[in-house]
Amino acid sequence: MSFIYDFSSATQAIDQWLKANLSPTGAFVAELALVGLTILLAYAVIGLYLVYAERKVCAFMQNRVGPNRVGKWGLLQTMADLIKLLMKELIPIRKSDKLLFNVAPYLVIIASFLGIAAIPFAKGLHAIDFNIGVFYIMAVSSIGVIGILLAGWSSNSKYSLIGAMRSGAQVVSYELSVGLALLSVVIFSGSMQLSTIVESQANGWWILKGHLPAMISFVIFLIASTAEINRGPFDLAEAESELTAGFHTEYSGIRFAFFFLAEYMNMFIVAAMAATVFLGGWMPFHLGNLEAFNRVMDFIPPVVWFFGKTIFIIYLIMWFKWTFPRLRIDQLLTLEWKYLLPLNLLNTVVIAFLVLMGWYFK
Amino acid sequence: MKEVELNEIIASKEDGKYIINIGPQHPSTHGVLRFVVSLKGETLEYLIPHCGYIHRGIEKMCENLTYPQIIHLTDRMDYLSAHMNNEAVSLCVENALGIEVPERVKVIRTILSELQRIASHQLWWAAFGMDIGGLTCFFYGLRDREKVLDIFEESFGSRLLHSFICPGGLMQDIHPDFQKRVKEFIAYFRKKLPEYDQLLTGNVIFEQRTKGLGILTKAEAIDYGVTGPSGRASGFSCDIRKKHPYSAYDRVEFREILANEGDTYSRYKVRIEEMWESMNIIEQLIDQIPEGSFTAPMKAIIKVPEGEYTQRVETARGELAVYLVSTGDKNPYRMRFRTPNFSNLFVMNHLSAGAKIADLIAISGSLDLVIPDIDR
Repeated sequence: MSFIYDFSSATQAIDQWLKANLSPTGAFVAELALVGLTILLAYAVIGLYLVYAERKVCAFMQNRVGPNRVGKWGLLQTMADLIKLLMKELIPIRKSDKLLFNVAPYLVIIASFLGIAAIPFAKGLHAIDFNIGVFYIMAVSSIGVIGILLAGWSSNSKYSLIGAMRSGAQVVSYELSVGLALLSVVIFSGSMQLSTIVESQANGWWILKGHLPAMISFVIFLIASTAEINRGPFDLAEAESELTAGFHTEYSGIRFAFFFLAEYMNMFIVAAMAATVFLGGWMPFHLGNLEAFNRVMDFIPPVVWFFGKTIFIIYLIMWFKWTFPRLRIDQLLTLEWKYLLPLNLLNTVVIAFLVLMGWYFK
Repeated sequence: MKEVELNEIIASKEDGKYIINIGPQHPSTHGVLRFVVSLKGETLEYLIPHCGYIHRGIEKMCENLTYPQIIHLTDRMDYLSAHMNNEAVSLCVENALGIEVPERVKVIRTILSELQRIASHQLWWAAFGMDIGGLTCFFYGLRDREKVLDIFEESFGSRLLHSFICPGGLMQDIHPDFQKRVKEFIAYFRKKLPEYDQLLTGNVIFEQRTKGLGILTKAEAIDYGVTGPSGRASGFSCDIRKKHPYSAYDRVEFREILANEGDTYSRYKVRIEEMWESMNIIEQLIDQIPEGSFTAPMKAIIKVPEGEYTQRVETARGELAVYLVSTGDKNPYRMRFRTPNFSNLFVMNHLSAGAKIADLIAISGSLDLVIPDIDR
C-alpha cells in the first residue's frame, strides 16, 4: 500500500512494464494514451460529482434535501442528468455563425481540460510538471473566455451578447489579480514549478509562513478567481435573473453540458491551485520541528490532503455563491480596479521586500 | 426619460440601437410583463412597459355575474392579496346594502388581511432576493410563507385563491384550531424574520445594489399615484387602514411605516417593517375574536340598490379602489377596479432612467408588481 504515499513507484512500475513489452515508440504512445485517459476519466468523474456536491451544498444552505432519488443519497443523479443531456437535441439557431457556435463549447472545455493536466494531485501523481506550471495554468485558463465570447457572439441573441461582453470585461480584469496573487507565492518560493512550490511547503504552508501578506494574497486570490470563473456573486455572465442564462442561453444538449461541466471544472482548478499554492497541495500539515506531530500528519495520505484542502475551498466558493446577492457590472469592475488591484500591487511589493530581508518563516 | 412611441422604437432600430425585450417570458418580470428596453452598453436609454398579456376582461365579466360570483374573479387580480381583494368588493356591496356585519366577521377579516399581507411580503422578499442574485432568499421566504398558507388551507381549503370573504361575512366559519395556529405562526415568525435581515439587509453587496437606486420623491409618488409600501417609502402617507379605517382597523394600534429616501432600499425596509407591524396587529386581535355568527343574514340573491358606490382598501401593494354602478339589478351595471400595481408599474420608466440592466431588475423587484393585477 506504499503507493498511496508516493505514486511515483506505481507509475515507474507501469513505465518499466510498458518499456519491457513494447517498442520505445509504442511505450511512449501507450503512456500518452494512458495518461490522457486517466485525466479524461478523472475530469468527468470530478466534474459530475462537483455538480452533485453543489446541489447538495445549496440544498443544505436553503433548507432543502437536494437530489435523493437516483441511487443512494442521489449519488447517481448527475449521471442520469448527463445521459439526459447526451440524448437531447442540439437545437440549431437560425442566423447563427455555425462554425463559431459549434466551436465555442469545445474551446471552453479544452481550456479547463488543459488546466487540470498540470495539477499535482499527490506525490508522483502529476501529469505534466513544467518549470512554468503556475504561468501555464494562468495561460490556459484564459483560453476559456474566448469560448465564452464566441458563444455569446455567434448565438445571434442579444441576451447572449450582453452576457459575453460582461464576461469578457470581467475575466480580463480579474486575471490581473489572480496572476498577482499567485505571483506572491512565486516570489516566496522562488519557483514557478508546482512540484517545487509544494516541496517548499514541507515545513509549513505559505499562507502561514508568509503571514499577513500571504493571507491577503490568499483572500484576493479567492475573490478574484471566483470572479474569473464567473461564479456567484460574480456570475454576471449568466445572471439568471437579468439575462436568463447569459452566454449559453441558446445552447442545448451536450453543448450546454460542456459549458456547465467546464464551469465546475474551472472551479476545481481554481480550488486546487489555491490549495497547492497557499495551503501546501498534497503536503501534510507540518509545524516546524515538532517531529511527533509531523509524523502523525504524514500518516494521512497525500491524496487525502490534496482533496481535503480542495474540497474545503470549493465549499467556501459555494458558500459565497449561495449567500451573497450578485454585484452589478460597474461595482464589479470598481472592486477590481479600485480596490483589489492596487492592494495587490502593494502587497506584491511588500512581499518582495519581505523576501529580500528574509522577514518570513523559512 | 422621454416618452417614446412604439413606432419610434421600431424606426430607431434601424439606427443600430440595441433594443431588447425583457419579457413577456423572463425570470424576473414575475409574470407576463414586457419591457422594451433600449440600451447603450449596459445603460438604459429608455424603457417602455407593455402590459395586457394576461388581460382577461375581469371588469367586463363582472357585469354579467352576481355579486357572490364576482368575489371569485377578484381573487384572480392580485392573487397574493386575495383576501383584501375579496374584502374590497364585499365591503362595497355591504355599504351599498347598508348591512352591518357581525363583529366576529370584522375581526376575522382583519386578521386574514394581515396574514395575507405577511404572506405576500414574504413572497416579495423571496423574489426580490432572487432578482438581485441571492438565490437562497427564495427558499427562506417560501419556507415561512408555507406556514401561513397552511393556516389558510386548514380554514378554507385553498392556499392561494381563497374567495373566503364574501358579501355579508365569510363563506364559512374559521377552523377551531385557527387561533392556536396563528399564535404558533406569530411566535415562529418573530424568530425567523430577523434571519431575513441577517441574510440580506446588512449585506454590503445588497446595500450597494439598492441604496440610492431608483429614487422616487414624494411629489412624484403623488403624481404617479404610487401607493402602498412603494409610496410610503417616499414619505407619501397613504395607508387606507389609517386614513379610512374599515373592518377592525379602527380598534388596533399600529404604526404607518414611512421612509423618506424613496430609493429601492427604503422600499425594502418599509416592507420588512410592515411584516413586524402586521404581526402586532394580529396579536392584538387574535384573542379578541368575539363569538357570534360568521355572516350577516343575507338574501339568496343580492340586489344592490340603484346608485354609485365606492370602497377603498389597502392591499399588500397599495390602494385598491372598487367603483360600483348599480341599476338595482342582481348584476352590477359597471364595475371598475383601481388596482395599485397599474399605477405603480408606470413609474418604472421614470425610476430606471440611466440605470443598468441589473438596476432595472432591482427596481421592478422593489415595486413588487403582480402582473394579473395590472392587466385585470
